[in-house]
Amino acid sequence: MLLVNLMTAGSARAQSPPSPLVPYRVEGNAIDTPIAEPGDAQRGQTIVLDRTLSSCVLCHLVPDPDRRPMGNVAPPLAGVGARLTAGRLRLRMVDSTLVNPFSVMPPYYRVDGLHQVAPAWRGKPILDAQQIEDVVAWLMTLKEVAQ
Amino acid sequence: MKALILIALVFCAVPAAAQRRVIPPSDIKSGFEFLGPDLKKLQQDDFANPGTLWVDRGEKLWRAAAGGDGKSCADCHGDARTSMKGVAVSYPKIDERTGKLMSLEARILQSRVERQKAPPLARESEDLLALSAYITSLSRGLPMEANIDGPARRNFELGEAFFFRRRGQLNLACMHCHDANWGRTLFEERISQGHPNAWPAYRLDWQTMGSLERRLRACLSGVRAEILPYGSPEYTDLALYLSWRARGLPIESPGVRR
Ligand code: HEC
Ligand code: HEC
Repeated sequence: MLLVNLMTAGSARAQSPPSPLVPYRVEGNAIDTPIAEPGDAQRGQTIVLDRTLSSCVLCHLVPDPDRRPMGNVAPPLAGVGARLTAGRLRLRMVDSTLVNPFSVMPPYYRVDGLHQVAPAWRGKPILDAQQIEDVVAWLMTLKEVAQ
Repeated sequence: MKALILIALVFCAVPAAAQRRVIPPSDIKSGFEFLGPDLKKLQQDDFANPGTLWVDRGEKLWRAAAGGDGKSCADCHGDARTSMKGVAVSYPKIDERTGKLMSLEARILQSRVERQKAPPLARESEDLLALSAYITSLSRGLPMEANIDGPARRNFELGEAFFFRRRGQLNLACMHCHDANWGRTLFEERISQGHPNAWPAYRLDWQTMGSLERRLRACLSGVRAEILPYGSPEYTDLALYLSWRARGLPIESPGVRR
């Protein structure tokens, strides 16, 4: 299966402005080609722990030396870098409904096919392409299942 | 192929309305059950519950003359403790005259403007919250029982579809938190089943009383969704679905929430 920016394809959206997203390629269950410069794991960690920028810790427990409060709606992320490849993590970050249509996880790099987005966020992805790469780089460092 | 997948995704996002309450009746729990011991105590003690201030103010307003004809609510409805007891359990409900679904707030505003000939109260104003908290508190302990037969049916179906539809930049539906993840924690807050039985409620985060609609707007802005004006029919329809979904739970207003 090959999908190129699935959500911008299709004539129903012919009127919408050109997508602000870097085109990406979904192959199998992964986006293997990076969508920006190589990610920086340190920056990635900062993004993940930032409650309002990424909201990851609203739902996930992540390894964190400062033990900030976190949610448990989603599986803990410890060990995810050993379980999944960078390509799979990238796809999961870009739009987790491409992995599982019933996913509860927000699509971090998608602007189309969303319903009633508040005007301030309309047409913008939650994270930009570089931030996606940074987060993927940090997730890849999470090799240990428990701390 | 692409088109097929697109269609499949769209259908996953908008399931057909089919009278669903996902949580089995034996598991239905008030938001109260998800509070910590301090907030539980605060809600249960009328002297400590800050919502009591609004209820008391509502009781006074009930008897106060207002508007061109100098009439009070009591002039038409008598003693609220008898005439308004049990009224809140079936809101929102269809107004027989206009055929429109109305929230309790909308009904209070209608009486005020048409019967009392008084200027309308602003949504979330102290006076409107006081009147709706007072009237709702007179049904405390009584089970919610929304009527979804007859003309309310259409509103119910629209409200139900709203509950299950993903929206906002975070692409989440009400059901993702309140059906699928209640009991878990989001950041450090326990997610309840999202029932309306405590509202109007005093919310610590606001340091004031607020309507159910204000609470719904907080959830909607949390998922970065568009916010509609107060009193929009979409919200009243949604509130009807919520009341039906919560049927059987006792009214708790004035609730206390985080
Ligand atoms: C609103 C909840 C929510 C938020 C916010 C969220 N996720 Fe998730 N995430 C989930 C859920 C639930 C799953 C489990 C599978 C599913 O539902 O798609 C998941 C799965 C994952 C997985 C796959 C885990 C595995 O073992 O397969 C990764 C990696 C992940 N999330 C990373 C992140 C990162 C990084 C962020 C923030 C940038 C984030 N998530 C934000 C809910 C969330
Ligand atoms: C991302 C998660 C999330 C989504 C999506 C969400 N809510 Fe909530 N909701 C919460 C949290 C957290 C609270 C506060 C704690 C609680 O009472 O559940 C809350 C509170 C509520 C309450 C108050 C419950 C009480 O007892 O005081 C209602 C009613 C409610 N939500 C309804 C909705 C509706 C309707 C929608 C969709 C329009 C919705 N929520 C979407 C997380 C969410």
